[in-house]
Amino acid sequence: MAETPLVELNDISIAFGGVQAVDHVSVDLYPGEVVGLLGHNGAGKSTLIKCLSGAYRMDSGEIRINGEPAEINNPRDARAYNIETIYQTLALADNLDAASNLFLGRELTTMTGLVDDGAMESETRKVMGRLNPYFQKFSSPVSALSGGQRQSVAIARAVYFNARILIMDEPTAALGPQETRMVADLIQELKKQNLGIFLIDHDVHQVKELCDRAAVMKNGKLVGVVKVDDVTTDDLLGMIIAGKTPEGVAA
Amino acid sequence: MTDTASKDADTDLPQARKRGLVASLELDMRLLGMIGAFIVIAVVFNILTGGRFLTPRNVFNLTIQTVSVAIMATGMVFVIVTRHIDLSVGSLLATTSAVMAMLQTEWLLQIFGFSLGHPALPWLAILGGLVAGTVIGAFNGYLIGYLTIPAFIVTLGGLLIWRNVAWYTTNGQTIGPLNETYQMFGGISGTLGTTWSWTFAVVASVAALYALWSARRTKQGHGFPVKPLWAEGAVGAIAVGAIMGFIWLLNSYEVPQRVLERDFEARGEVLPEGYTAAYGLPISVLLLILVALVMTIVARRTRLGRYIFATGGNPDAAELSGINTRLLTVKIFAIMGFLCALSAVVASARLSFHSNDIGTLDELRVIAAAVIGGTALSGGIGTIYGAILGALIMQSLQSGMAMVGVDAPFQNIVVGAVLILAVLIDIIYRKRTGDT
Ligand SMILES: Nc1ncnc2c1ncn2[C@@H]1O[C@H](COP(=O)(O)OP(=O)(O)OP(=O)(O)O)[C@@H](O)[C@H]1O
Ligand SMILES: [Mg+2]
Repeated sequence: MAETPLVELNDISIAFGGVQAVDHVSVDLYPGEVVGLLGHNGAGKSTLIKCLSGAYRMDSGEIRINGEPAEINNPRDARAYNIETIYQTLALADNLDAASNLFLGRELTTMTGLVDDGAMESETRKVMGRLNPYFQKFSSPVSALSGGQRQSVAIARAVYFNARILIMDEPTAALGPQETRMVADLIQELKKQNLGIFLIDHDVHQVKELCDRAAVMKNGKLVGVVKVDDVTTDDLLGMIIAGKTPEGVAA
Repeated sequence: MTDTASKDADTDLPQARKRGLVASLELDMRLLGMIGAFIVIAVVFNILTGGRFLTPRNVFNLTIQTVSVAIMATGMVFVIVTRHIDLSVGSLLATTSAVMAMLQTEWLLQIFGFSLGHPALPWLAILGGLVAGTVIGAFNGYLIGYLTIPAFIVTLGGLLIWRNVAWYTTNGQTIGPLNETYQMFGGISGTLGTTWSWTFAVVASVAALYALWSARRTKQGHGFPVKPLWAEGAVGAIAVGAIMGFIWLLNSYEVPQRVLERDFEARGEVLPEGYTAAYGLPISVLLLILVALVMTIVARRTRLGRYIFATGGNPDAAELSGINTRLLTVKIFAIMGFLCALSAVVASARLSFHSNDIGTLDELRVIAAAVIGGTALSGGIGTIYGAILGALIMQSLQSGMAMVGVDAPFQNIVVGAVLILAVLIDIIYRKRTGDT
């Protein structure tokens, strides 16, 4: 591809104490592309994307956005680059309602500078209506929601703010088949809008269906990046488990 | 924002719902519970004292005794909501009180050459105290937020440090009498009188009704369900009734004849036959009402408040949402320090002098008030009005027992037991309602 990648993660490393969680990993992402991140538990997938979302500071390596070196030191920096993240842990404030969570850190305000709960709830109803039409618990704290409902709040938060780069860390882990379908449709739609999406998912079938390319990690190291159309699900499983890329498919 | 206990969230079709009375009124159950507890305490003590507890005079005293702890308790709500604690508020009160006492009796006189009666003295002293309190609070917040020393340790150290900084500030001396204008913030020496008290009551009532009306209009504007008009009217009537009743009670506390005579004499006049006057609303209570109002708006309607509650609910989520939780900690403790200084004005003005032991054990009263008022030590939950009611309940118990003649040690035993009981009731209530 001749166009500049939306995101380039170059040679990223980060260690926690003695654990080399991410070890010289490089992945890129183009506009309108979905890149799947695969790997066993503890492979370093979440840690890698947290360097991009500003949750962690990498020890070494470089992040480029649209070809330009990007300085991402905290989640606010990432938001400034239009990077939105759905964390595996969802990162919701349990004591607040859906609207407060959706707009957390970016509240809508009235002319007097006070938070405008009415407007925020109204917007939340709109976006949730698209994602999860059965959702009605707008005035309960999110601690009163089911796992799937909480997940839809986290997804709504990420898609509401016109992201250019979307990071989804196991977005469908707690969702039922119908809601999972809805997220899949959403990913397709966002792709058409030219977003770049990193999708972490343990389901290789889902990755093959939704992603253009897949990056596989094992023990903090990158096993390889492949075009999903060039490989079978068994190939992907082989990469995850054995850590070997099949001959002649590296993308 | 967080108190949705009585709001029915499963459906948003108002007409499709059969509502109970409480549900229609959308009253806050916790608020009702606390008001209920307060009424029970008041009635029981009133019976035990043969009607002396609920006299205008005693109600007046009760409110002015509550103010200092209640002001600090509103700040403690923010501190505890964000999973911190502040054990230094009593000592901080002492330090700021010492600073203000020294400013108005010595320092300002030396620096600016003011004479003792200079009209700017009390105001500059108060300003100095507020700045000192805010700066010390912010410094605590810096140690906690940026240097990540636990709040418990920072403020436990602060408890010792500031108590003794206060001592050195005055060389251990009692400073007084304080400026007369300054003393107006103490309670009985500064009240609004009948006319202004009624004026306040009318303004407050109109403001309350306007707030209800505009909240309803906002909801309607977004097409959200609103409660039936009769229920809205009932809530409005209760609010206005409470304001008017409170002011009526305070306005019924008449200034004793001998005090009037003295006042008139001081002005070189003779007390006219049949002349009476009432105290009305103390300025200190007015100050508390303003603090309560501002703090409630901060808690519910500002970003700062939203971030305080979000951080208390889930610090990681707050951080990942781009909230600068370290700076937030500095702001919270700065607010706490500011409110300690404000309480110091009220406390020392009430005594009419600064003494070394001012504010001793206040940290415990303030924390207890916030907790009795429903602030959860696990963070994320608490209300300003709850903390004030908590302070009022504690003060009522204490002065009620004193009036009945209960020994001082036993009074403390009861207050301690009530603290534990209040938290137990809260835990049971939350389990029942599934409200976190
Ligand atoms: N904050 C942290 N402190 C210490 N070690 C950490 C931290 N975060 C991650 N690790 C370690 O880094 C490694 C990679 O963790 P990571 O969460 O990135 O795995 P993952 O690929 O997302 O796994 P999963 O599929 O289970 O979500 C693990 O060994 C983990 O224990
Ligand atoms: Mg993970």
